[in-house]
Amino acid sequence: MTKIESKIPEGPLAQKWTNYKNNQKLVNPANKRKIDIIVVGTGLAGASAAASLAEMGFKVKNFTIQDSPRRAHSIAAQGGINAAKNYPNDGDSVYRLFFDTIKGGDYRSREANVYRLAEVSNSIIDQCVAQGVPFAREYGGYLANRSFGGAQVSRTFYARGQTGQQLLLGAYQALMRQVNEGNVDLHTRTELVEIVIVEGKARGIITRNLITGKLERHFGHAVVIATGGYGNTFFLSTNAMGSNGSAAWKAYQNGAYFANPAYVQIHPTCIPVHGEFQSKLTLMSESLRNDGRIWVPKKKEDAEAIRAGKLKPTAIAEEDRDYYLERRYPAFGNLVPRDVASRAAKERCDAGYGVGATGLAVYLDFKDAIDRLGRDAIEARYGNLFQMYEKIVDENPYETPMMIYPAIHYTMGGLWVDYELQTNIPGLFAIGEANFSDHGANRLGASALMQGLADGYFVLPFTIQNYLADDIRTPRMSTDLPEFEEKEKMVKEKFEKLLSIKGEHSVDHIHKELGHVMWDFVGMARNKEGLQKALDRILEIKKEFWTNVRIPGKADGINLELEKAGRLADFIEIGELMARDALNREESSGGHFREEYQTEEGEALRRDDEFAYVSCWEYKGDDKEPVLNKEELKFEFVELKTRNYK
Amino acid sequence: MEKTINLKLKVWRQDGPKAKGHFETYEVKNISTDSSFLEMMDVLNEQLIQEGKEPVAFDHDCREGICGMCSMYINGHAHGPDEDVTTCQLHMRKFKDGETVTVEPWRSAGFPIIKDLMVNRNAFDQIIAAGGYVSVGTGGVPDANAIPISKEDADEAMDAASCIGCGACVATCKNGSAMLFVSAKVSQLALLPQGKVERARRAKRMVAKMDELGFGSCTNTGACEVECPKGVSITNIARMNREYLMAKFKD
Amino acid sequence: MSNFLSSSIGKKFLMSITGLFLVTFLFIHLSLNALLLVDDGGELFNAAAHFMATNPLIKIMEPVLAIGFIVHIFYASLLTLQNQKARGKDRYASGNSTPDVTWASKNMYILGATILAFLIVHIAQFWVKFKITKELEPTHIDIAGVHTEVENAYALVNATFGYLWVVIVYVIGSIGLAWHLSHGVWSGLQTLGWSNTVWRKRWEVVGTVVAWIMGLGFSAIAVIQHFFFQ
Repeated sequence: MTKIESKIPEGPLAQKWTNYKNNQKLVNPANKRKIDIIVVGTGLAGASAAASLAEMGFKVKNFTIQDSPRRAHSIAAQGGINAAKNYPNDGDSVYRLFFDTIKGGDYRSREANVYRLAEVSNSIIDQCVAQGVPFAREYGGYLANRSFGGAQVSRTFYARGQTGQQLLLGAYQALMRQVNEGNVDLHTRTELVEIVIVEGKARGIITRNLITGKLERHFGHAVVIATGGYGNTFFLSTNAMGSNGSAAWKAYQNGAYFANPAYVQIHPTCIPVHGEFQSKLTLMSESLRNDGRIWVPKKKEDAEAIRAGKLKPTAIAEEDRDYYLERRYPAFGNLVPRDVASRAAKERCDAGYGVGATGLAVYLDFKDAIDRLGRDAIEARYGNLFQMYEKIVDENPYETPMMIYPAIHYTMGGLWVDYELQTNIPGLFAIGEANFSDHGANRLGASALMQGLADGYFVLPFTIQNYLADDIRTPRMSTDLPEFEEKEKMVKEKFEKLLSIKGEHSVDHIHKELGHVMWDFVGMARNKEGLQKALDRILEIKKEFWTNVRIPGKADGINLELEKAGRLADFIEIGELMARDALNREESSGGHFREEYQTEEGEALRRDDEFAYVSCWEYKGDDKEPVLNKEELKFEFVELKTRNYK
Repeated sequence: MEKTINLKLKVWRQDGPKAKGHFETYEVKNISTDSSFLEMMDVLNEQLIQEGKEPVAFDHDCREGICGMCSMYINGHAHGPDEDVTTCQLHMRKFKDGETVTVEPWRSAGFPIIKDLMVNRNAFDQIIAAGGYVSVGTGGVPDANAIPISKEDADEAMDAASCIGCGACVATCKNGSAMLFVSAKVSQLALLPQGKVERARRAKRMVAKMDELGFGSCTNTGACEVECPKGVSITNIARMNREYLMAKFKD
Repeated sequence: MSNFLSSSIGKKFLMSITGLFLVTFLFIHLSLNALLLVDDGGELFNAAAHFMATNPLIKIMEPVLAIGFIVHIFYASLLTLQNQKARGKDRYASGNSTPDVTWASKNMYILGATILAFLIVHIAQFWVKFKITKELEPTHIDIAGVHTEVENAYALVNATFGYLWVVIVYVIGSIGLAWHLSHGVWSGLQTLGWSNTVWRKRWEVVGTVVAWIMGLGFSAIAVIQHFFFQ
């Protein structure tokens, strides 16, 4: 088995990042101009990295599949961003943020990475304020905070229910400033379709222009993947329709390890599914759990009457309501981490207490908060979310409790990276949700924005120089090299093959099939038998896709079905790897719950003796089984404990 | 509980920027009134694919009303006949069984059509690139709480900043003016101390770019703010006028 | 400066400044015309007209006023053309159903054109006869106790308003003006940047009030002259 080198710097936890920065190699300003960096993706991580690298003097080529960098799905993050500022004086510190993140991640992340994340979190808030991000403020003019799941302090900064949007616009504006100054060459509506490796190092990418259909070659001294997660494997998720795992998957197929694919976050507060034609699920921010109380009826007959439409939730007496999170976890109550809250909802619904027409929903009730704080205060905090809910469900959440149910939201797994955010392919970096680092088996709320921006503004711009410093003598390469030629040919053939199938089913049709298998067997609760079944089913779906998909149109010009088909081809394989990883991990940790491994009370049972490692899957070819490499997780500074939110 | 409706759709089809477009009429059946307009379009496309025809190209992404990508002009309204929503949040319960629904792309000289219902909104990026930011590099900034900002200013800046860049304002404006979009950014940054430093330069450069790209001028009809899915107010336009005039008079 | 005037906001600035200037002119005009309703055989009106005709300030203001009109009209035409170009060639087949948008705000150029047409008639009927062809009869009135010979402007106005068609044209012109101003006044202030969430509503009310004072005032004078002063 290959030895995994995570390059964690020496020294005490709090000194590691400082030590690293003090000793790393840098690139001088004159040389920076001679170096091209490809950044794929323009979300929080991609845009902040591209802007920061360009400000330093590197020549950056930035790619997005959208018509503008501002459309990246980071924009949809609602609730907030964590930082260890301790402005409310409630006992927060860098160490506590670090500890909460490690614990929230169920002890499956790297200590040094997480500590660094907590350390730079404060700089992110400073940076965003300087950019003009309109964070919420108190009357005194200072920044306001709120609390989020998995923490006992209020450390979350927010801009109404649109924090992700505001942070992304900040990064986008910084990026556009660099575009204006000629330091960033921005390619919109352009999709990465292959990664080019020259002499073992990542040296470029092949892209498809989504308007003309033309394949283009781009050289870079280094390539940064910032393309987000692969949650859309499930078809229905809170991800945007275009979110996909293909760039990361191409990296994997070129030899980069894919780490912890089974770790998927299921968000507890989403609007329940309404029907077969549904295209996506809408998240209701976790911040709602600050003021909303989650419950189901205590009596089965009440739940049945509600499902039949004979009873209204407001008619159920207080004593007949089961506030199950408050009951099971008195210390954290409605603010338990997402994986715990999701499983608890599933448990109640499976037991027959679910509400809504399908029985797959629980209530999130604001009545107490409205009585306590007044409707205006609630409107000021969550007005846009309530409005969104009303538009979708056609019910007024000020008057009747919201219905929510868990849905696929975020993928903790992703490309394996070392402390420098470099994959095992030299010159290939991965940042933001696209990498696996920092969140372990479960991500805490308001930490995705923190990680994306930490990677892009404050980590990668340093660590990438340590690699590039050895590359200053490498001239820009011609894209006529055989390595580029070969990859382009490969892609071309793949698209031709897809178009030649001319089968019966649309891409979405097959994607939905995959989604059902994933949700049923690789979803909130998994077991050996189910996972094996999933692997079989996924193979069938793969076969069906490659023999029976129907894609109208041609490869040149706009072809939305072809775009989707390319992504689905990868989702199918990602799904397979997820099932494989879930099958291998015979424990329950964070977002990964194996029914065989639970306590008598139904809580997750971790098996640290055997599974305190990062699974790093190595591609061995299309028809061969991938090889599992393990990065052992050493906990030198925190004690491994069973998570307890009671 | 689920109700379904049948609709007749008049959809604009156009092969490319230079091609001549035309309306095509389609029928869709058994559309759940709980589904969104875009989900109804998905059903139409699925139907077209089954018939061996090319699906309708339209922009969309997050489907939760925040990315600003979706952009259809439906029955005389940008983002269709519902208030404060994008097309992805427009639900089919707003339509009647048997109704004929006309679906068109954004039409404006500033937003050339790419294909069918897709338009090119790149001009917005160019306007932001011209000056829609605080010129601050990464690092070297003071503590976030170093400068207090009054809650009123922060809230007003947030109101302006909630613009999603969808372009409904331009699509709706009888002058094809981008003033609401541009003024939202100018306002947001002019209200905050961090943005005040370069307010004059910003206003001049953004307005100059907006003019250069061929957007019209503002006649204060207010149609943009009515159709704006985020309710961005035209008082931002007054503020931008103020910023611009002050900047120019200082010169 | 040329750079400023070629910008969209610069052009709009000129529209506002000239527009608001023209509104102040109309106010003076209306207050003078109100004297037509004093039942003294036109003495007061003639005195005021005499004052206006001989006052040097007014002499200076006359060409300024003309320039105001010309600039307002010229830039209105220029902006309308540019805006049509910005709108693009294609129209929406489903029209525009945006609610809460006033008809006036969308048709300022058309309303302006009706005002222009009216203005031409108006100038031909009064101003030309006052100033160019000098068709006015002399009359004698007391101004501050001094017996003075002045031109009998009142007689001309009174005679002109004797024709019903003139009154009808006058009323149509005034309503067009009111409509134009119902959007124009607040829009001008908004363009100058003198608006925010609070003042916007106030200006809209002020604009509407001003507009209808003008419209109804000018109309009423013509109507009353026709029916009660012949």
